[in-house]
Amino acid sequence: MSVRLRGRPDAGTVFIDTDSAPRVLHCGESLLEARLPVGTRVVYPRPPIAPVSDAHQAIREAIENPLGCDPLPAQLRPGMRVTIAMDDISLPLPPMERPDVRQTALEVLLPILAGAGVDDIHLLVANSLHRKMTESEMRRAVGDDIHREFYPDRYYCHDAEDPQGLVTIGTTAHGERLRLNRRAGESDLLIYLNINLVPMDGGHKSVTVGLCDYESLRPHHEPQTILDSDSYMDPARSALGRKCERMGRLVDAALDVFHVETVLNNRMYPPELAFLAKNEDDFDDRDRLKLRAARLALDRLPWSARRAFFRRLPAPYGLIGCWAGRTEPVHERTLARCFEQYAVAVEGQCDVLIAGVPYISPYNVNSILNPVLVQVMGPGYLFNLYRGRPLVRRGGVLILAHPCYDAFDTASHPSYVEFFHRLLPETRDAFELRERYEESFAHDPRYVAAYRHGHAYHGAHPFFMWYWGENGRRHLGKIIVVGAENGYVPERLGWERAASLEEAIAMGRSHVGRSAEVTMLHLPPIVIADVA
Amino acid sequence: MIRALGPGAAFYDLDGTLVRTNLVHVLLFYARNDRGLLKSLLRTAVSVAGIPLFFAAERVSRQAFNEVFFRFFRGLTADRLRLLAEELWEQVLEPALRPEAAELIERSRAQGLRQVLVTGAFDLAVAPLVRELGFDDCGANRLDLADGRATGHLVPPVMAGAAKAGWIRAYAEREGLSLGSSYAYADSLSDLPMLSVVGRPTAVNPDAGLRRVAREQGWPVLWLS
Repeated sequence: MSVRLRGRPDAGTVFIDTDSAPRVLHCGESLLEARLPVGTRVVYPRPPIAPVSDAHQAIREAIENPLGCDPLPAQLRPGMRVTIAMDDISLPLPPMERPDVRQTALEVLLPILAGAGVDDIHLLVANSLHRKMTESEMRRAVGDDIHREFYPDRYYCHDAEDPQGLVTIGTTAHGERLRLNRRAGESDLLIYLNINLVPMDGGHKSVTVGLCDYESLRPHHEPQTILDSDSYMDPARSALGRKCERMGRLVDAALDVFHVETVLNNRMYPPELAFLAKNEDDFDDRDRLKLRAARLALDRLPWSARRAFFRRLPAPYGLIGCWAGRTEPVHERTLARCFEQYAVAVEGQCDVLIAGVPYISPYNVNSILNPVLVQVMGPGYLFNLYRGRPLVRRGGVLILAHPCYDAFDTASHPSYVEFFHRLLPETRDAFELRERYEESFAHDPRYVAAYRHGHAYHGAHPFFMWYWGENGRRHLGKIIVVGAENGYVPERLGWERAASLEEAIAMGRSHVGRSAEVTMLHLPPIVIADVA
Repeated sequence: MIRALGPGAAFYDLDGTLVRTNLVHVLLFYARNDRGLLKSLLRTAVSVAGIPLFFAAERVSRQAFNEVFFRFFRGLTADRLRLLAEELWEQVLEPALRPEAAELIERSRAQGLRQVLVTGAFDLAVAPLVRELGFDDCGANRLDLADGRATGHLVPPVMAGAAKAGWIRAYAEREGLSLGSSYAYADSLSDLPMLSVVGRPTAVNPDAGLRRVAREQGWPVLWLS
């Protein structure tokens, strides 16, 4: 049995003992089982918070009792122009079981608007420089009825490269110019429908990032802002968050924005895989059988079939909170609820941090987690899942598990191929990459066409993903990957490769010392480590 | 050290890439508009009857296709071909132009790239399209003319497959352009040499063969309407 931390029965932290069960790690579309050294600390997510009993009712109450402004019905008048912007396919992860919370919220909002005589309504996906959603993804997000009524003329994706489709909102005192989607910027009322999964999301970032153009992203999607964020998952200490707030105040001054923010619990596994969120010492016979069956099946399937398997497993998330009204008071409440679900108190930093990289990230829904995206998961998101202090000490070691296959989805990520194969062999320096190449990728006509007329991420997107790992890369002394099927992908990312987790831990100890404290972050679901 | 590349160009295939039509549409248009009702009917009938032959010839090689295909233009006068080219543009090519094509060319030009059409169609037929889309240059087939009439043969080199790549290479050398920083857009596996010769190849609405190559090589794939 592993040892639960004394006096903190729900703290989510256990220590490995001599008779502890092996731990299960995600390794892309596979699962690894590994025995960890005695004394290793394993940090688990909190159990899912019980959802509200009636999601429609909870959203209706939020809209009728908003924070910092009049109730929505009081703000409406016949004939006004309303745009409802909503988060894209990157939220939540994985996509949730139907009905999606966007559909639930729209089923509340649209009758209120119709009842007030508002019929000039557009639904706008705030995909920023992400790929545009496919029609089937858009249908799934809002349900068949709403899709039928609005798509494609009044339900569409934001186009950050449409010269006629953008309008300048203003410039901050720091010289940051903000340009937004014209329909949103020229509406009498902009309603933003948000799904908050990690604390980096939501608030002013929703509108200022989700609906902007490339030039408006550049002031904060850059390496120095990431370096100045400690971490970007901690809004109070995030330079990224501060810059978005500055730009958001321009939005508040220029537009009427009514924010609806929703918080989901962390029930991301369907019942068949729910055991993956459990402490392995608490597995019963059925859990062990399921794990064995899943590993056997996954190990024998080709990659494409494994991906298809996971894509067929939407998450049974439940709504645990909804607030509406002015951006800042709403987001304050949202964040508090978010941290209730995701924050786990952790005593002290570690020297070696272990984490499995799952098959999905915000940027590869229904696609492939290519090497650049594996990077953003490692020194990017996984490293930044903390408040207070990083979970791993400066100069420490991050051990990841992922196959690191050299595979790209050229329809979704065309510019990633060139970034990885042409630029990274030249330099991994984020500042140099930005200075020398970012703009040429952003304006490359092939990538612009693929973004505008296909379902491709913007040409500049792989740069942002590289910057996202900048504070992690600078902080960590070494990154080691387990399970890599080749040597050159890790090498190009600047990582080392180990044949097994045991070997990786030994390599980590040789780097930081024999007495290294080892911690495993057991995710997903997401954990934000509150490091004391 | 990161290598600096010189100025480049964007090379575009036409049929299936910038326009949804192909050479057979061009042939049928000319056949339909031959002088006199009887001639027109006859030429159209012969052209339609020849379509299976075109497919068979293309399966052998692009070269064989061209040899068979351009025979159907024998006897048409250069003046007539030139005159009808304007109508061909208005009635066939412009309506078949992919809506995103003009924007793609415009954005490429904004990047300082020279815009060049490289096509297996013949020069007289595509001249209005070259003018309207603002191409800087055009590498196209040329019909062999004798006494002002098409002989049914092409002036070598015939623009297809590897010949397009050769033309691009020679053009870049002559104009002092960097192939490494040049782009190429094409839809068919038969255009693989043209795509392979530049540093930035792109498959546009690719056929199955080119789609497979693009996936293997990591080339961007554009799906235009």
